[in-house]
Amino acid sequence: MGISRRSALKVMAAAAATMVGTTLSAHETQAAAVVARPDAVGMLYDATRCIGCKACMVACNEANDVTPDTSASGGLWDMPVDLNEHAKNIIKLYRDPGTGAQSFVKRQCMHCLDPACVGACMLGALQKGEKGIVSYNPDLCVGCRYCEMGCPFNVPKFEWSKAMPKLVKCELCRQRIAKGQEPACCEVCPVGAVIYGKRTDLLADAHQRLARNPGSYVPKVYGEHEAGGTQVLYLAHVDFEKLDLPAYGDESVPRRVRRLQETIYKGFVAPVALYGLFAAVMLRNREKPDSAKTKEGQP
Amino acid sequence: MNAESRPQPLGGAVFTRPVLVLAVFAGIAGLLIVWRFIVGLGASTALNDGYPWGLWIAFDVVTGTALSCGGYSVALLVYILNRGKYHPLIRPALVTSAFGYTIAGLSVVVDIGRPWIAYKLPFFWHWNLNSVLLEVSLCIMTYTVVLWLELSPAFLEWARTSTYSLFRRVGDTGLPVANKSLLWLIALGMLLPTMHQSSLGSLLLLSGPRLHPLWNTTLLPLLFLISCIAMGFGAVVMEGGLSSKFLGRKFETDMLAGLGFAMLPLIGVYLGLRLIDLGIRGQLGALFAFDHYSVMSVIELALFVAAGVLLATDRRRHNAGNLFRAAMLLVLAGALYRFDVFLVAFQPGPNWSYFPSVTEILITSGLVAGELAGYIVLIKLFPIMAGEPQAAAA
Ligand code: SF4
Ligand code: SF4
Ligand code: SF4
Repeated sequence: MGISRRSALKVMAAAAATMVGTTLSAHETQAAAVVARPDAVGMLYDATRCIGCKACMVACNEANDVTPDTSASGGLWDMPVDLNEHAKNIIKLYRDPGTGAQSFVKRQCMHCLDPACVGACMLGALQKGEKGIVSYNPDLCVGCRYCEMGCPFNVPKFEWSKAMPKLVKCELCRQRIAKGQEPACCEVCPVGAVIYGKRTDLLADAHQRLARNPGSYVPKVYGEHEAGGTQVLYLAHVDFEKLDLPAYGDESVPRRVRRLQETIYKGFVAPVALYGLFAAVMLRNREKPDSAKTKEGQP
Repeated sequence: MNAESRPQPLGGAVFTRPVLVLAVFAGIAGLLIVWRFIVGLGASTALNDGYPWGLWIAFDVVTGTALSCGGYSVALLVYILNRGKYHPLIRPALVTSAFGYTIAGLSVVVDIGRPWIAYKLPFFWHWNLNSVLLEVSLCIMTYTVVLWLELSPAFLEWARTSTYSLFRRVGDTGLPVANKSLLWLIALGMLLPTMHQSSLGSLLLLSGPRLHPLWNTTLLPLLFLISCIAMGFGAVVMEGGLSSKFLGRKFETDMLAGLGFAMLPLIGVYLGLRLIDLGIRGQLGALFAFDHYSVMSVIELALFVAAGVLLATDRRRHNAGNLFRAAMLLVLAGALYRFDVFLVAFQPGPNWSYFPSVTEILITSGLVAGELAGYIVLIKLFPIMAGEPQAAAA
């Protein structure tokens, strides 16, 4: 046998130990947590106020040149089943099979404080820009869809039907905000179920509503901390999980990845060192007679 | 290495019937690729907004490059552990690796929606250094080039014996340069797979909240790395078995049994880490939940164990058929692990499902067919395989 058991095991054990060490020590190093920037804006959606008129869906399509999704209505009217390439914004209805309690929920990009989609994107087509809005620039998008794999809220959608596709997602109507207008969905809502504002103001408003009517809400502002915090915030009277807003912890998704990557690749020291090590061992081995030959016959 | 074991072209007819059949499959894939670019991904694949990554990523890229780790694994053995006797395995392993990585690169171009933007990838001022995918892409692109460069001595040796004086001159001047820079290239050829094979595992950390707990661990990169080295050895053994069956080569039992031995600690460490990790995270119970997640995990682990058992004794490793089966089980185990992480563990929600479309399957198999045809042609024309008669192994 060519490989002496002891030396092979030694090398393996040493390599494995170092690597386990590296991976685990990743838990100790601190990739900084992202906090909301002072100018962060967002939306507050209050499910107890929403009447499900879907005016915001129409307004969103108009403001963003989105062609309506008529596939489920026989070509008649806009009727997306979920967020998709024809829907940056959707109102869904949840009805509890047991109690019959029901709630609408509006889904669109959450504009995370520390967005997984931005962490995923290779060339920065997705960026957290002015006012913390997560924007999309097709000129830097290769269409890899890693953002879809990463987003914990299933938000980015892809134009599967096109030969030259783009990514589709709510950009908080940044073209309107740049002109001093509100997002289309907030402007059109007849009952103020979704409102636009600075994140700090919206948070204060939400907590005030909770304090005033504690009986009519689940006592939590969803998005204050979930997945590291989001700029779109939710109030509701049924469990958020039932509204497709999962119970995520306070840590953002990309932070865990950054911690690991920063440990391994910090300053690119480890790869360079490993390269040097490989080369050094090879140079040494070149001088040394092949150890295997002298140990032939040994298992 | 003595003169007899110098690599030589196999020679013989190049366009044999098997090569032509494989070429037809590759041709079909080529046509389907054209069609995919005309109609878009929605009409040609089963990919969707829940499962934006499917067969092409999970198989061609993630599993395919792991299967192409032969060049990497054998290089570690020969150059780092200093086992010179395995040197004859390097060139053939490098050829499969080079083809495997090239195919993976091609698949990526077919898979991404906006490939015309991909030329911007080397523009470092756009780089998002937090993107694991960026690291993987750049690393795989570079490594593909490195692999072909590592093979350059084979092409230059061939050029030297050419009947054209121009080729001869290129060979004569190029070969010493290539041989001198080889060490630095080989070192790079060991660094890059260490990086991107582990990072292929890190990719799914970003999907962490939507990954089933059986697979959602920070050890993903390490598990991917260990298993890819084992798969590399497995692939080389399988290659040896197949070329003894179909190309009339001698099955190098002793040498390949050595690779079988090298797989053992890898299997052991992999299984150990996997179970300890499940234990620490309190997920051992999930292995016995008997839902399809637990069933897939158990099959995966059982394949690794079975490969280990078949390789356990010196006798078993020296039984050619047994060794081949063990290598196959190991390769399957690693492949299933990758499929599980990318397609089973990933849970976008109850409304989504994915099973590859016929087009996806035909394109993948066509690319693999093209790879096989290319391999056969290459080893017939160029000095890749160690010359027969083989120097009686040391
Ligand atoms: S919700 Fe998804 S798409 Fe929107 S910012 Fe967060 S990660 Fe990005
Ligand atoms: S699909 Fe486009 S936007 Fe999304 S991660 Fe890939 S390159 Fe970035
Ligand atoms: S902010 Fe604009 S793009 Fe986003 S959901 Fe509202 S209308 Fe649509």
